[in-house]
Amino acid sequence: MTGLTLTLMKLGLLAALWVFVLISIAVIRTDLFGAAASRIRVARPSARPVSGAVPVGQAAARPRRGGVPSKLYVTSGSLAGTSVPLGTQQITLGRAHDSTIVLDDDFASSRHARIYQDASGQWVVEDLGSTNGTYLDRTKITGPAPVPLGVPIRIGKTVLELRK
Amino acid sequence: MRMTSTPLAAQAAHPPGEPHVPKRRNIEALLLVFALGIALFAYADTGKAMTGKTPPNLAALGAEFGITLLAAHLVVRRFAPYADPVLLPVASMINGLGLVLIYRLDPYNIANKLAPKAGAAPNQAIYTVLGMAVFIVLVIFLRDHRVLQRYAYISALVGLFLIALPAVLPASISEVNGARSWIRLGGFSVQPAEFGKLLLVSFFAAYLHAKRDALALASRRFLGLYLPRGRDLGPILVCWAFAMLILIRETDLGVSLMFFGAFVIILYMATERTSWLLFGLLLFVGGAAAVANMSSHVMVRVHAWLHPFSDVTGQTRQLAQSLYAFANGGLFGTGLGRGYSYQIGFANNADFMLATVGEELGLVGLTALFVAYAIIVVRGVKTALLVRDPYGKLFAAGLAATFALQVFITAGGVTRIIPLTGLPMPFLAYGGSALMANWILVALLIRISDAARRPLPPAIPLSDEMTQVVQA
Repeated sequence: MTGLTLTLMKLGLLAALWVFVLISIAVIRTDLFGAAASRIRVARPSARPVSGAVPVGQAAARPRRGGVPSKLYVTSGSLAGTSVPLGTQQITLGRAHDSTIVLDDDFASSRHARIYQDASGQWVVEDLGSTNGTYLDRTKITGPAPVPLGVPIRIGKTVLELRK
Repeated sequence: MRMTSTPLAAQAAHPPGEPHVPKRRNIEALLLVFALGIALFAYADTGKAMTGKTPPNLAALGAEFGITLLAAHLVVRRFAPYADPVLLPVASMINGLGLVLIYRLDPYNIANKLAPKAGAAPNQAIYTVLGMAVFIVLVIFLRDHRVLQRYAYISALVGLFLIALPAVLPASISEVNGARSWIRLGGFSVQPAEFGKLLLVSFFAAYLHAKRDALALASRRFLGLYLPRGRDLGPILVCWAFAMLILIRETDLGVSLMFFGAFVIILYMATERTSWLLFGLLLFVGGAAAVANMSSHVMVRVHAWLHPFSDVTGQTRQLAQSLYAFANGGLFGTGLGRGYSYQIGFANNADFMLATVGEELGLVGLTALFVAYAIIVVRGVKTALLVRDPYGKLFAAGLAATFALQVFITAGGVTRIIPLTGLPMPFLAYGGSALMANWILVALLIRISDAARRPLPPAIPLSDEMTQVVQA
């Protein structure tokens, strides 16, 4: 009887250990597989009707449909019309020759700003201590700031924006 | 110019919203309850197997540790709300399991004078509460891990001092079983190197953060490898060599091995130069060969590693016993309190703790434990990837690397993958200093992960008068 109890307790303990470990893994699973979209909801600037029109399954499968920027487009300045595809690498902006986008702009610093994707998948612009500052829309940024689609980033005379 | 005022006005009316990041504190609370439950269940199981009845102080211990965990949880909830939700529960679970295993080995150790008269478990329980108290204090008062970056050189000095202290003290104070890594005063003993290692990891992170460009770029090419300039590498190399020499003098090989590995890993992460790994490996092989030939202490270990069954009643007895324990455990183990791993004798509740897990919980339980350790390491690395400041990145990654190496060196030594070097299994093994140092490590990771997952503050809006569109 005690032998059976002890065996059951032993197996119970092993099962409990594994359940604990598996729950922990389930908790961090979203991070491990980078399913940031389902965890981090960014307030959308546009008032787009969400419910009703879109089937539930489709919405769940592609939650950020239409909201993912695919390139960085230069809308004005000496480089106007050029674009850089967005990958996993950060994009550096400045007059330095090793920048991703080399700005030929008297108001730009050699390492002016960078644009990168943070862990949640949000594109973020960060000023790298430039002399004349980086503006997101009309706001001078002081730290890393999230960049929504289509909002102009101004560096000197150059204006860039994220596009689909 | 395609910029008209309309989209700008529309954008200004809807500033980019603050991202909603779940804090996940409730799941942490749930996991903590689960962790406590596992430890108490294991304790009841052990008591039943060894004495035939559930231990009388089960409820009291449950309440005591429950309150401790609750305090830790509330502090994290209040002061580090975005911290990683699994670090604290997983560490608590391993700590609880370790307490049970120490309790399980106590009868033999008391009878053979390997533990204090009252047993090692009550001491370890006190250290656990103390460790969690240190954890709580650190989470409350260290509000930003970048503060530590300012004290880089002080960290280095204090860290080296802590590591060097036992080597210069007389052996009567510092020597325990051939390893001079202790400070014993009265009935109280501390292993200062455990705390020194954390300070040195902080120094490495801060220094390499400041110099990483110089180390990675301002280098000469030599035989396809990039050799950095001496003035960039000098301070850190001196610090490292000094620490290594001291540790070898203290014959504390496990710590020196961990230290070396962590150093190489942080250097690699800071500079992204693969040549460092190659360098590290070469240095390590050379150093290990030299040490193995010089020190008889190490030659014995290497011999035991290669031929564990050559002298099963003498020098290779412990390793052979450990291997027997793993074999006896099989897939599901003998059950807590029903194995024979205590016959390993000395350090059966410290360096050889894993043999008891292997025998009494079997391969299934051992794997679960390894996965739990892996979770802590993975969360440390993930924190390093997420956190925005470079010092925090290197620090978190360095802490995770230290922890991972410690697990590998200990587990590898006991299971005969590498020669036995003698390190306590983190959170599992008996030893107050190591336990407290590990709780400090988890507190630091909690603090850094809070900074990593905390959403960015929204940009400060300025009025239109203050900024103007630059017209081309």
